[in-house]
Amino acid sequence: MEFLLIQLFNGVSYGALLFLLAGGLSLIFGMMRIVNMTHGSYYLLGGYVALTVIWRSGYFVLGLLAAMLVIACIGIAEWNAFLKRLSGQELGQVLTTMGFALIFQDLALVVWGGDPYTIPQPKFLSGSLRAGNLFLPTYRIFIVAVAAAVAIVLWLVLGRTRIGAMMRATVDDPEMARGVGINVHAISMGVFAMGAMLAAVAGVVAGGFVGVYPGADFEILPYAFVVVIMGGMGSLKGALIGSLIVGLLDNFGKALFPELSYFTLFAPMAIILAVRPTGLFGRA
Amino acid sequence: MIARLLAGRERLILGAFLLVLVVVPPFFSGFLLALVTQALILAILSMSLDIILGYTGLASLGHAAYLGIGAYAVGILSTRYGAGFWTVLLVGVLGAAVVAAVFGLIALRATGVYFLMITLALGMVVWGLAHRWVSVTSGDNGIASVPRPRLGLGLPWSFSDAVPFYYLALVAFLLAFTLLRVVVSSPFGQTLVGIRESESRMRTLGYHVWLHKYIGFVIAGAVGGFAGVLWSYYNGFVSPADLELATSVETLLMVALGGRGTLYGPALGAAVIVLLKNLVSVYTHRWLLILGAVYIGTIVYAPEGIVGAIRQWTERTRRDKAWSSG
Repeated sequence: MEFLLIQLFNGVSYGALLFLLAGGLSLIFGMMRIVNMTHGSYYLLGGYVALTVIWRSGYFVLGLLAAMLVIACIGIAEWNAFLKRLSGQELGQVLTTMGFALIFQDLALVVWGGDPYTIPQPKFLSGSLRAGNLFLPTYRIFIVAVAAAVAIVLWLVLGRTRIGAMMRATVDDPEMARGVGINVHAISMGVFAMGAMLAAVAGVVAGGFVGVYPGADFEILPYAFVVVIMGGMGSLKGALIGSLIVGLLDNFGKALFPELSYFTLFAPMAIILAVRPTGLFGRA
Repeated sequence: MIARLLAGRERLILGAFLLVLVVVPPFFSGFLLALVTQALILAILSMSLDIILGYTGLASLGHAAYLGIGAYAVGILSTRYGAGFWTVLLVGVLGAAVVAAVFGLIALRATGVYFLMITLALGMVVWGLAHRWVSVTSGDNGIASVPRPRLGLGLPWSFSDAVPFYYLALVAFLLAFTLLRVVVSSPFGQTLVGIRESESRMRTLGYHVWLHKYIGFVIAGAVGGFAGVLWSYYNGFVSPADLELATSVETLLMVALGGRGTLYGPALGAAVIVLLKNLVSVYTHRWLLILGAVYIGTIVYAPEGIVGAIRQWTERTRRDKAWSSG
């Protein structure tokens, strides 16, 4: 029972982290149909930038903000210079963004070296909460809270505001959206920047418990893709539910069938796709 | 046979290439010979991907899976069960074909971005098994000391030596090239190109579009497995790194860099990437930066690849000549 609860908690908190990473990716997919292999690099670079700022300043929050800002700028630059011209060319997108991913990976190695680091957790988030016989690390609860807050804000913005309506219109039919006077270009750039920013947030909070290390970018990228594929591209609800499923499958898979753990993650996804090629909540 | 499949000038150029590949490499240094051998084997992989990417127009992000299946067939069967070359070859190629047949059922329900994402995930399934199923695959440690193949057949050479193994790779490459060339010039191959250009038109014409794509997908997988068998024998080592996402993307780059839908373009792309990776890493540790720049540069400057750029250039000079003489 305790084992079950601990695994459940770990699965949910990992799912929360994945939601931060994949929520933006899903919106980018849904809106621009851009396959972005650089998304993992935003996660990695976000962690590194925050690490440097926290070392210099001593403030976790300052590191988080700096990472968000820097990565959003990188995202905007990459999108403006290359990606917006490649709409509809999947091969071009994959190769261009892969090129950037390799360049960022190498630059990170030059700047931050090959050693793994852990981002120092803020004082009030270290330690753990006791619930019955269970000790739950406060930091993991913090991650769940951040993801929940982001989900609620995104849901409110998308569902309740004028700009959210414009975003949904752009997802549904970019041409019509342009036709009724929505600035699709600005909206797309904004969504791309936001996705990159959220990936940076994921990288910073992940840095507090799994650390920041070379290779983390390509390690987490497939997970983000699986979330998006399972949940359906462009669907916030899909990203949320997909993240939870992937987080839980990954944790229980690793705990129960360590030898087949990736199989237990990817095989259910293949089954979902066999039934619904556009994912659980995606539209064709 | 192959002569009939090629046009006049193409035949001349490819013939010259072949002559060079037969005559020159034995005089290369060991390092260069190793690189050319690698290039030939990876060229088989990139040509197989060209069937689905170049001819059918479906970008697959999981092609390393088939390389991996061929490679692990060699690794597991030859080190644990002492299986010979022909058994392993059969199992590797058939195994890759069977996996492609299963994956095709799932992946070909989708097109475009969705196809790309699904093939990525399916490729990760195979990678995950190689990575974690330690009792069968030895996990991250990989399977080492895979012996070089013995073909029997009364051949006098030992394939442990670099030069005979090079010729084995060359024969395998020519075999794969001929097979794939026959496939793409056959009426079936033409329907693949038709599907790439307009799927709905082909459907209206009464073709079973899905089945054609499916057959192309399985052929590509089987030939990919063939490349994997050789790759594993060449390295003497198999590890999950052979089938990670980066390998799949690199194979896509080889095809795009050489020129999609031309077969010899992707082979050329494989050679360029292998040489670039190995020669640049001799001079600088920052070769990932350069590889990254090649990825971006290919899309920006040569979206149709090297072969496409050469074709454009020859057409332009021909037009210029016609203009000045007319």
